[in-house]
This record gives sequence, C-alpha cells and structure tokens, in this order.
Amino acid sequence: MSSFKGPDKGPRGLNLAGHVGFDSLPDQLVNKSICQGFCFNILFWCQTCETGIGKSTLMDTLFNTNFENFESSHFEPQVKLRAQTYDLQESNVRLRLTVVNTVGFGDQMNKQESYQPVVDYIDRQFESYLQEELKIKRSLHNYHDSRVHACLYFISPSGHSLKSLDLVTMKKLDSKVNIIPVIAKADTISKSELHKFKIKIMSELVSNGVQIYQFPLDDETVAKVNTSMNGHLPFAVVGSTEEVSVGNKMVKARQYPWGIVQVENENHCDFVKLREMLICVNMEDLREQTHTRHYELYRRCKLEEMGFKDTDPECKPVSLQQTYEAKRQEFLVELQKREDEMRQMFVQRVKEKEAELKDAERELQSRFEQLKRLHADEKANLEDKKRLLDEDQSSFSKRRAAAQLLQAQSFTANGKKDKDRKNSGFM
Amino acid sequence: MQDLHFMNFVGGADLFGYVGIEAVLDQMRMKTMKAGFEFNIMVVGQSGLGKSTLVNTLFKSKISRKSCTPNYEEKICKTVKLHAVSHVIEEKGVKMKLTVVDTPGFGDQINNENCWEPIVKYINEQYEKFLREELNVNRKRRIPDSRVHCCIYFLPATGHRLRPIDVEFMKRLGKMVSIVPVIAKADTLTVEERQEFKEQIRKDLDANGICVYPQEEFDEDPDERLLNHRIRESIPFAVVGTDQEHQVNGNKVLGRKTKWGIIEVENVAHCEFANLRDLLIRSHLQDLKDVTHNILYENYRVRRLNESNITFSELELSSWPTENGTDKSQL
Repeated sequence: MSSFKGPDKGPRGLNLAGHVGFDSLPDQLVNKSICQGFCFNILFWCQTCETGIGKSTLMDTLFNTNFENFESSHFEPQVKLRAQTYDLQESNVRLRLTVVNTVGFGDQMNKQESYQPVVDYIDRQFESYLQEELKIKRSLHNYHDSRVHACLYFISPSGHSLKSLDLVTMKKLDSKVNIIPVIAKADTISKSELHKFKIKIMSELVSNGVQIYQFPLDDETVAKVNTSMNGHLPFAVVGSTEEVSVGNKMVKARQYPWGIVQVENENHCDFVKLREMLICVNMEDLREQTHTRHYELYRRCKLEEMGFKDTDPECKPVSLQQTYEAKRQEFLVELQKREDEMRQMFVQRVKEKEAELKDAERELQSRFEQLKRLHADEKANLEDKKRLLDEDQSSFSKRRAAAQLLQAQSFTANGKKDKDRKNSGFM
Repeated sequence: MQDLHFMNFVGGADLFGYVGIEAVLDQMRMKTMKAGFEFNIMVVGQSGLGKSTLVNTLFKSKISRKSCTPNYEEKICKTVKLHAVSHVIEEKGVKMKLTVVDTPGFGDQINNENCWEPIVKYINEQYEKFLREELNVNRKRRIPDSRVHCCIYFLPATGHRLRPIDVEFMKRLGKMVSIVPVIAKADTLTVEERQEFKEQIRKDLDANGICVYPQEEFDEDPDERLLNHRIRESIPFAVVGTDQEHQVNGNKVLGRKTKWGIIEVENVAHCEFANLRDLLIRSHLQDLKDVTHNILYENYRVRRLNESNITFSELELSSWPTENGTDKSQL
C-alpha cells in the first residue's frame, strides 16, 4: 500500500533566480489556437421589427464583406431561421463565423409565439454540445462549436419606448445568450430623441430585470473602454455598404438629399463602437460567457431534468456512474415489464381467437348435423312414399291381373258357349 | 424543423477592409494570463540521480529539497511514497502554479518488483478526480487540474542500455502519462559515450514498443511531425543539474566546478540541459498539457465509463488494468 501527501493548501510563492522561460506560455497557447482556428456565432434577431430593418446590411458592414455574394439562391418559405457559416481570414487568424438570421419574421400577423423557434435553436446548439460532451468516445477538441455567442437584438427606432413583446422576448433570451441591444436605422431619429430613447430603453430593461450582456470590467486594460461603452448601450447603428466620397476619401455612408450619414463616423452613429465591442475587445469574453455561464446553466437544468443529482437524499455524493446505472436498471425493468405485458396480451388474443374459431366450428358442426338429420328425414319420408306407391302399384297390378283373368275366363266361357251353340247347331 | 446550414469561404481578399478579428489573439492572451496556469510534473528515478537538483535548475528556484542536505530525514522507505509540493511562480506577468511530485523510494529496494504501482495509482487518482469534477451537475468554473502533465524519468548514466526496471516502468506508464526520459549526471559520459548510449536507448525503446514524449501517434500535421521527429532523434537528453554559479570568461554561469574544469549547465556543448528546458518549458509546455487533456485523459475516461461495474467506493480495492492487459492483482 502506498500513500501520498497532497499539495500544500495555498501554495507558497517562490522567487526565480533567473529567466526560466514559461512567460512564453500564453504565446504557446495562442499559437495552438491559431492552428485550430476560432468559432464565433452571432444571432441577428428582431422580434418587433419589419423586414428591411437592415440586419443583412449591418452584417456586411460589420465584417467588411459582401455576404450576399455567397447567398444561395435556394429559398425555403417554411424555414424561419437561417444559419450561414463563413470562413473568414485576417492575417493569420482564421475565424469560422456563423450568422443566424431570421427570415420573414417581422411580417407575421401573430407574433406571440414567434420567439419560440429562436429559443429552440439556441437550445438545440447547447444540446448538441452536451451530447458530444456526454459521449464516451468524444472529440471536444475538434468540435465545431455552434452555440450562439452573441445576440444582436434589434430595436425598432420608434423613438418612444420598448414594446412589451421586446421585453418578453429579451427576458426569455437573457439566460440563454449574451444579448446586445441595437437600435436599427438610427438615422431616422434625431440626436436628442435618440439620447432620450436610449435612456428610456435602458431603464425599462433594468426595471424589468432583463440581463443584457455587460462588457467586462475586471481587466484593467479594457475596463475603461468597456465602462464607457456600457454607457452607450443600446448602440444606435446605421449600416451601409455603399461608398460615398466625403472630402477626399471614399467612406461607407448613406446619402440623403440633406446630407450624408457616415457609418464609421462616431458622431453619426455607434457603428464603430459596436464593432469595437463585439469583435476587437470582447469576442473572447462573449465566447467564454457563453460556455461558462449560459451553457453550464443549460447543462445543469437538463441533467437535473433527467434525474441526475450530485448528492442523493442522504446527502452523500452520488457519482454520475451510479445514477446512470440506476436509470439503466430502471429502464431495463420497464422494458421487461412491457415485454411481459405484450406477451400476455398476445397469449390472450390467441386464446380468444381460438375460442372464437372453436365456436364457429361447433356451430358449423351442429348445422351439418341438423342438415344431415333433415336430409335423413326427407329420405325416410320419400322412402315411405315410395313404398306406398310401390304397394299401390303392386296392388293395382294384382287387381288388373285379376280383372284381366276374369275377363279372359269369361271370354273363353262365352266363346265355348258360342262354340257349343255353334257346334250344337250343326247336329 | 431542420436547421439549414450553408458553408462558405470568405478569404482575406474578400474582406474589404480591416475588421479587427486578429484582436481576439490579444484578448485570449490577456484572459489566460489573468487566469494563470497550472503545471504538474513528476520526477521518477532512484535516489542520488539528482532529481531535485534538476527540478531546481529547471525552474531556477528552490522548489525541491535535496535529499543530500543535512537536515533531510533519511528514512529507508519500504515502499514508494509519493510527495507533491506546489509553488506559485511568476514571470513577466505570467503566473504558474507548479506542482512537483516526487517519488522517493522508487528503484531503491533490493527487490523492485511492482515499485511502479503507487505511481500508476497516483496518476489514475488524479484522472479520476478530474473526471468526477467534470461529471458533476454543478461544476466549478475552473476545474483544478492535478493531472500529471509530464513525467521525467531519470536514467543512470551507465553507458550501456536500458535496465529491466526502466523498460518495465516506461512500458507501463507510457500509455498513461507523457514520459520524458533523461540521462542523469551526464557529466560522467564523454560525448562519444553519450552518443552511443543514446542510440542504444532509442533502440531499446523501439524494440520494446515504448512511446515516450513526443508520441509519434499524436502528431497532428506534417509540420508538427517534422519538428517532433527532430526531437525524437535527440532524446533522451543528457543533463547535468546545479544551483551554483561560477565565473567563466567574466560571465556568471550555472555550473559544476571540478578539478578538470567547469561544466556549464546551460552550454549546449557541455550538456543538453538547455535542450530539455527549451522542450519542457519554452516550446512544448502547452503541448504537454494538451496531450494530457485531449488524449491521455480522454483514454482514461473512455476506459472508465465503459467499466460499469466499478463504483467510486471500490476505488481502493479495484484493479486497474495495465496497458499490457494483465490484472494487477495477479502480479
């Protein structure tokens, strides 16, 4: 038998007498990630907006490309959610970006339950990951992570307040995904109205307990910029892929007769802030929050639903193995019971059928007997009749014979008399 | 409802301008630095081979207490007693919790049969601990990692070949943990002797089907294979350890002073300590952790989840199958 002493509680710090070289560790880690590539999945969602709110344009502007070039011409009217994956590359970083968009949602008359497909989609991705994690032979290392990392929630630029459907939807989503609220088509609201609108939205979110994504403040390098950004939420955005010449540059902008709204001008809209926050500063945090908070919550709920616990009723730790075994036994017993039931039912049915058939047979038999009897009776009857007829016939023929004989006798007697007379006449 | 998924490639040329995706590398760097790293290293070899000195030299600090110091309680252990000590070291903002697991008593008995058993048990226990944490419904945000990432196996500089105990140990543990064999106290070998010894060892390893780190079967792409091949051609590294500094040509160097000269530990012409350090720490540290987590731990997990008749309470009595399939209780 052997024993070992575990590590000391609270390891001591040690001073290094020289350069060891493990400061390259973050670089080693980053290099490995570069080889593997990154996954990022964004959901563009609008519950209360009509189509044409500018989601696709914003997508294109954010990632500085024309996603529509890659749009397939295949159109499915029944499909409400569409996920498209793009492999982007910038210098040596490969990003597998999946954009989940909704098709034709805003035009529906009845929007009550229309957030359900979105919630289901998010859950399906979690489920998919959970299934992989629970497999015996798994490859999480190479798994294509399809869980939604960020949800850009579009708010209609009404200028007044959040619609109640928006609040309900966001409340449903806030424990499942990082929500970043965005005011679309912000160039339709004036600056002062926009400011009031933003404050109203944020206060409504807070008072309704909707937990939108907060840019993290724990890292000093980004705390400052994140704090200021948190104050600009929700981001008022304008999207455009058209380029207009302003001064001596070509910039992305929307040209109106009364002026040019420049997408990347921070005075005109918050687009630059959105891109900063979403990609340049917090992409990794969004991924981490999705994994450590939203996914863990899903996993916990799912496992508890399935009956797994960490401690049994006596508060002793229960291993997943034991629970799994217990469930398996339960399942096998259930299967056996059902099998027995089925077998019994089958036997029962066979018996019934047999009885039925026996009855039918008996009935047939009795009918046969009956018919046979009838037939015999008839036959007897007929025999009787025949006999009578025969008797009749024989008595008739006897009488006829007797009559004939008499007749013959009388005739010969007469003839003899005649003859005698004749003969006597001659004498 | 079927999810429709379309895959497209948008290359660098298709991005009309800078997006800022590569900033994710810095984000990741910052997050990992903040979280800190854990690294667990095990040293195995009979006493007197300079294990503690080597660890101290590798990490340039007094991590392990040398058994040759006067205050060390010299007990002749009847069995191998594993002893894990953790320290937190920091370099340029990178914090690392280093745990060194020592195995005094290994190979010191007259009869060394089964002296690897406590080590096998320890390694499996760490895997088990991690597995149980991972299977919890309520999981920790960050599961503490006590799994052995690297096992440095010390070969005495006999100059001949692998001894039966070396073969047995590396055969059994090669599939459970990344073994890095080193030739200890290599200053007793000349360069030619060292070369021959290394070739013989590599032949012996091959002949016995022993896989040491970096394991060929885990190479993922041709670049990695090439790099690791070069390493595989030069292992085991012949090392010398020391914590003393001397003056050589006006520079302070780590070295061992002898009557016939100063053996500079970090001089690649003298010994291969620098190669070992570079491999273990500067280039392959993350890889050691990844191999442990993605491959060796997963293998353990598969084996464990397939054994449906062993529960945790039987851990003390259960028989761990060894790689060659024999039941330990029959050994």
